[in-house]
Amino acid sequence: MRKLFQPVLAVAFGLILGLGVTRIAGESPWHVLQILWRSAFGSSYDFGMTLFYSTPLIFTGLAVAVPFQAGLFNIGAEGQLTLGALAAAAVGAVWPGVPWPLAPALAILAAVAAGTIWGAIPGWLRAKRGSHEVINTIMLNFVAAGLASYVTLYLLKNPDTQNPETRPVGAGYLIHQFGIFGGAPVSLALPLAILAAVLVWILLWRTVVGYEMRAVGQNESAARAAGINTGRMTIIALAVAGGLAGLVGVGEVLGNAGKFRLGFSPEYGFIGIAVALLGRNQPAGVVAAALLFGALHKGTAGLDLETEHVTRELSLVLQALIILSVSADGLWSWMKKREAP
Amino acid sequence: MDHHFERRALKLACNRQFRSAAIKPPGSVAASRQGICDATRLEVLTLSAQIWTLPATMAVETTAAVELRGLTKRFGSVHANDGVNLRVEPGTIHGVIGENGAGKSTAMKMLYGIFPPDAGEIIVHGEKRVWASPADAIAAGIGMVHQHFMLAGPYSALDNIVLGAEPVRLGVIDRRRARIRLDSLARQYGLPVDWGAAIEELPVGVQQRIEILKLLYRDARILILDEPTAVLTPQETNELFRNLKNLRDEGKTILLITHKLKEVMSFTDRVTVFRAGKVTGEMATSQTNPQELANLMVGRKVVLNINVPVARSRDELAMEVVGLGLAGPVRGSRHKLSDVSFSVRRGEIVGIAGVEGNGQSELLQAVLHPREPLCRTSGTVRFLGEDVTHWDARKIRDLGVAVIPEDRQREGLLLERPVSENFLLGLQRSSAFSHAGLLNAKNLQTAAAQAVEEYDVRPRDLTIPAGNLSGGNQQKLIVAREFQRQPRLVIAAQPTRGVDVGAIEFVHNRIVRARDEGAGVLLVSFELEDILTLSDRILVMYEGRIVAEFQRGQVTERELGLKMAGS
Repeated sequence: MRKLFQPVLAVAFGLILGLGVTRIAGESPWHVLQILWRSAFGSSYDFGMTLFYSTPLIFTGLAVAVPFQAGLFNIGAEGQLTLGALAAAAVGAVWPGVPWPLAPALAILAAVAAGTIWGAIPGWLRAKRGSHEVINTIMLNFVAAGLASYVTLYLLKNPDTQNPETRPVGAGYLIHQFGIFGGAPVSLALPLAILAAVLVWILLWRTVVGYEMRAVGQNESAARAAGINTGRMTIIALAVAGGLAGLVGVGEVLGNAGKFRLGFSPEYGFIGIAVALLGRNQPAGVVAAALLFGALHKGTAGLDLETEHVTRELSLVLQALIILSVSADGLWSWMKKREAP
Repeated sequence: MDHHFERRALKLACNRQFRSAAIKPPGSVAASRQGICDATRLEVLTLSAQIWTLPATMAVETTAAVELRGLTKRFGSVHANDGVNLRVEPGTIHGVIGENGAGKSTAMKMLYGIFPPDAGEIIVHGEKRVWASPADAIAAGIGMVHQHFMLAGPYSALDNIVLGAEPVRLGVIDRRRARIRLDSLARQYGLPVDWGAAIEELPVGVQQRIEILKLLYRDARILILDEPTAVLTPQETNELFRNLKNLRDEGKTILLITHKLKEVMSFTDRVTVFRAGKVTGEMATSQTNPQELANLMVGRKVVLNINVPVARSRDELAMEVVGLGLAGPVRGSRHKLSDVSFSVRRGEIVGIAGVEGNGQSELLQAVLHPREPLCRTSGTVRFLGEDVTHWDARKIRDLGVAVIPEDRQREGLLLERPVSENFLLGLQRSSAFSHAGLLNAKNLQTAAAQAVEEYDVRPRDLTIPAGNLSGGNQQKLIVAREFQRQPRLVIAAQPTRGVDVGAIEFVHNRIVRARDEGAGVLLVSFELEDILTLSDRILVMYEGRIVAEFQRGQVTERELGLKMAGS
């Protein structure tokens, strides 16, 4: 119960602080809150957009949570999702004639494979060479960005536009968009994300590999002494994470744009860290946190249009305040200690 | 052993004579220290047994240094302390003993202001006190050395000591002034420290000395030490107690929390026994004996020295190492293991005795992870007839090798995870607990519940984190898990380290039973009691070599001690 209560309270605390900031900026907090709510959940289109923003955050949140359970910090989801999306788009652009449903299956496979490889590299480096995954995943983000630029601009450039994007994928690749959201691009990627969360839960809590991964995360020496191959678990955890991040490409390329656009991600990979943190690195928590951050993203877009003094950047302020209050674990124990006697 | 005792007695007597006018012989003012020592040597040797209790009997003050009256503390539904009464005379070493979880630490933490009592009074030097936080207790002259040191690794010894009470000049720490003060403290109490050395580079014994100096620097008159010897080697332990006696003779009052009967018997003036949150006895140490204390601690008659029946070992080898070596960290440095060869038959307990740091840890790592170049550089390892030198740890363990790890929290447990998951560690791939990569939660619950019952792990709750169990129960959980393998070879390292008397008896019995069921047992322990009680054969390790071998009953503690010291 407390595990649930604490993040919720932290969110409320962060929100109140954030609204205080809007007050200073010269807007009525109540007004801001109304707009936030309306813009995120006010119509089926708004709600659809919230879901659309949440979907990639579920994937990246999981991509941070899984390695975290194994004691690893994946800051490379951004690079992993970039390459996943690029791979899906490349398959669709190079073989546009493949029919449905083979085509999306192929593209999904490509996205997962690209992300998996991009996650496995720092895993391998950590396991075999002992170099720290935080440094390597950050560095690989830059490599991925450079690689994506090169492939987009030199190999798969869309000749019909000035925008930095690839040729569109074949029609057989596009996945179903749900009509009930008033045109918001909510596609099959959303149920895929929920499925991924369920599978991650099974992996972590019901399989031998998941148990061994968590054991390594808890106490590497004990895991090693018990005969667990800790290096292998490190590689598996980061590879799985990469694959999950790669799936972001499915929603973007097959469910929304139909092509790879450079810079399509508003840093989903990094927001994923916050999502995992708020979701306590649990799959269900990640889904809930992703919804919250998706709603914030959409809601603050409304603020930009409808208020005079508050801009989109407030979204970042709100996110930051929520993360701060979530991570203030010390504050919690301090408050509890004060209550106890 | 006696030898040490006398030497320490002598040295202390010399120090005391210098300080205490009351027992200074005439003419000694001008005499050299050595001279006095020689002159009083005979006298001191004959006095050595009683000399420790002198200050207690000499005490004339009637106000207690510390008095706890009816102290009560509940955590949830558990009575951690229930009407605890405790009286500590000033200038004494007072033992506070009890099994893990008996409430002795809780009482001390209330005395130190870490949390307030639900009921009862704390009286310090005759004055009733209420602490809002440890800062108040510190201000009133109470200091505590925690079991896990509170030191900042990369900082110097000096900086660690003054941390939080820095002398400041013009906004800058006045290290010179601190140093002058510390130098005089160190001289007064005989606690030399290299002030400039980084903490993490100092041995544990010196770190502890720094913790004590921290308290003295803050003018503590009452020192609480929580299990101070848990992390020390025997030499460091002797050193510590010599220092504590110095402190006592300088008028400090010392509360010693421990569960080691030997320490209580040798070094305390009075002792208070805790069991299940209550005080079950308080007496002068000279009026009691280990058996009585053990019974009071456990609440039943404890067998302190179990009688181990003679082994009926088989010819079959459970374990054999030949020419095992591990090179030093750099070329040319001393080898950590050199040419270690021995074997363990099935149905036999072979004990490796030695002072900590003579290659025992390296030996354990080498036989458990022979494939890894950091663990073994030469030699072969055979378990149960198989050459396992190039096997990975899992394959080795699957042969039927149970391991009680040296450091159970670091190498044996997932402290934040529930008991059931800890029970699974290392067994997760066995057919009993998994199928096709999926865990069988039901089998796990059943088996874990059964094991917790059979091995008497308390409380009988599979869902609490292993870190919440007491040390003894953590060890029982590990033994339960490892013996689940039906081992044919048991490698038990420090099986009784930090474990209370009841659990020691239990673990010893289990090891003997495993032997009688045909397992070979390799026992590595710094506790001579473990070695002498259990081993059918004793090997002594010194500087990475096996330097002696004895059969059961053919060696005294004293002889063994000499071999361990390298002579």
